[in-house]
Amino acid sequence: MIDTVPMTGPAHLQDAQRRALRRVAALMIPASDAHRVPGADDDAIFADVVRSIGRDADAVRAALRRLDELAGGDFADRGQDEQRCAAQQLRDGDAALAAVLVAVVARCYYRDDRVMRSLGMEPRPPFPGGFDVEQGDLSLLDPVRARGRIWREAP
Amino acid sequence: MNTPVDVLIIGAGASGAAVAWSLADTRMRIVCLEQGDWVKSTEFPSNGRDWEARQFDDFSTSPNRRRNAADYPINDDDSPIKVVNFNGVGGGTILYAGHFPRLHPSDFRVRTLDGIADDWPVDYPTLEPWFALNDRMMGIASLAGDPAYPPKDAVLPPLPLGRTGTTLGRAMNRLGWHWWAADSAMATRDYEGRARCINLGHCIAGCAQGAKASTDLTYWPQAIRQRVELRTRCRVREIGVDERGMASGAVYFDADGVEHFQPAEIVILACNGVGTPRILLNSVSGRFPNGLANSSGLVGRNLMFHPYASIRGWFDDPLDGHRGPHIGTWSQQFYETDGSRGFVRGYTYQFVRGQGPVVTAMTGMATGRIPWGDGHHDAYRQLFDRSAGMVAICEDLPEEHNTVTLDPSLKDAHGIPAPKITYRLGENSRRMLEHAVARGVEILRAAGARDIVSEAPLPNAGWHLLGTARMGRDPARSVVNEWGRSHDVKNLFVVDGSVFVTSGGVNPTSTIQALALYVADCIKQRLSNLFD
Repeated sequence: MIDTVPMTGPAHLQDAQRRALRRVAALMIPASDAHRVPGADDDAIFADVVRSIGRDADAVRAALRRLDELAGGDFADRGQDEQRCAAQQLRDGDAALAAVLVAVVARCYYRDDRVMRSLGMEPRPPFPGGFDVEQGDLSLLDPVRARGRIWREAP
Repeated sequence: MNTPVDVLIIGAGASGAAVAWSLADTRMRIVCLEQGDWVKSTEFPSNGRDWEARQFDDFSTSPNRRRNAADYPINDDDSPIKVVNFNGVGGGTILYAGHFPRLHPSDFRVRTLDGIADDWPVDYPTLEPWFALNDRMMGIASLAGDPAYPPKDAVLPPLPLGRTGTTLGRAMNRLGWHWWAADSAMATRDYEGRARCINLGHCIAGCAQGAKASTDLTYWPQAIRQRVELRTRCRVREIGVDERGMASGAVYFDADGVEHFQPAEIVILACNGVGTPRILLNSVSGRFPNGLANSSGLVGRNLMFHPYASIRGWFDDPLDGHRGPHIGTWSQQFYETDGSRGFVRGYTYQFVRGQGPVVTAMTGMATGRIPWGDGHHDAYRQLFDRSAGMVAICEDLPEEHNTVTLDPSLKDAHGIPAPKITYRLGENSRRMLEHAVARGVEILRAAGARDIVSEAPLPNAGWHLLGTARMGRDPARSVVNEWGRSHDVKNLFVVDGSVFVTSGGVNPTSTIQALALYVADCIKQRLSNLFD
């Protein structure tokens, strides 16, 4: 069994941080009628995001603080255009922090049943069903074989 | 104090398992101390819907990210390449991709052939029977007849080419360049208690099917049946020495944090190229003030990673995506030295399949190919299941300024000084990476990729930890002799990747294990005069 060392600081977000992260999720991956998928701010998906932050809690809080700075106040309370502008500034100026927000959102969005089905995937883990992979035709290697050895003799 | 044993092995990974199994037939009393635990197949990420997320979490390849109880911190701030590993029964084989090439004959003679670095004190023909035995023990899938190697037998049928292997293989044929079905540690049919591979595609986070040859499934069950004792959650602090300057055993902390001493007649280190020098450097005494087995001053020096380049393209038609073992084919077109390329030695391409849905999103958004907001879903669907590419694994030359030392302040949970990595990418490696990216782009264009990205060196790819207790015949220029015994301490052996003299341009596990079996055989052949 693998024991996990507790992370530094609580993984929970303050209410304002949670609202800000939800707005970021909506800006990042909006709902789409065309693809019949919810946005990343969907109740179930966002609850999964918050629940799964884990090792990234400190980095997420740092990213949200930076967003507040860029927005000139609470990011969550700004208008949509201001939020979009601050998010773009974060991505342009601090890619590492932006990548943390992408990671925590994408890790949960792209495992939601509705999203999986929209992508043509069965909503299941890889095991135990596994997947099919075409065997392929090993005669493709005939030209390689015909060219002969390329390894180098060593004295 | 524990009852004395004949052989104490430290580390239960690739090499520790092989040496334990081989020595078991001597009927000596053998104990192995492993800082991690057994990992159950039911705990691997591919059992759950969060399978991709957990590769960034408790199954991250980075110990500094993972921070499980078995892990120790590594200060790799002063290195462009970060250490990845796994601590537990099976060691790095739990999280490796199972790519299983051997070193080549030329890799053991680089000074003679290319005038650089040093020749090894062993050669390919010497190791060949141990490569073959190890292939059978690990159950290696391959296709006989690879022109990049001397003839060798195939134990199991090769991995499926898939759409990826077929697409890239056709491109290689158009270019007239070598490619072949990769040697792989995946059971392509049921083999010695392992179920056949069902293409879970998440090999580097542990194989829930048990098809991948990790040593908890291969060597260890057989070694334990032969009465080797494996003690888990036991972290070694240092190796003790007696008044004769011989290793007397090891000080370790058990699962409850209680300190013990395990006396032994023979001590074998199998802790990888970072863990082994760490223990040796922590084993300071009046007789060995600079660390054990370190009269040469080379313990921890000559650290070699394999610098990696990644080249990936996107195609119009769906490929394999995340399904199937990540690496199915390879190329060694640029493996042997060709002076016209501007560097010595060479590299292997590992052709890789695609990415899972989460990683597609993360890399797509990181590179700007998938926008935030409007257009996200359309762009995502243009990329998902449509990527393939390669990584180039470049030979890293030994340089003494690339080191594992002890960090002056960082310590693990038991207060043991942690390792510090200092590493600079060599000019030869830099040129090799540039060449690999340029040729990789050519290959992907020939394959019909419409969009190509590359990254070199890959930062989080310090899989292969080599060279920090190198073997050789000259005690002034090496740490262990040609059969793994310390020049300074005649009952102390090293069997992991630390003993590599040069790195080659392939994944090292096959060679590490062949060397461990070879060293074990040398010990068995010399039991009557082992310490002379």
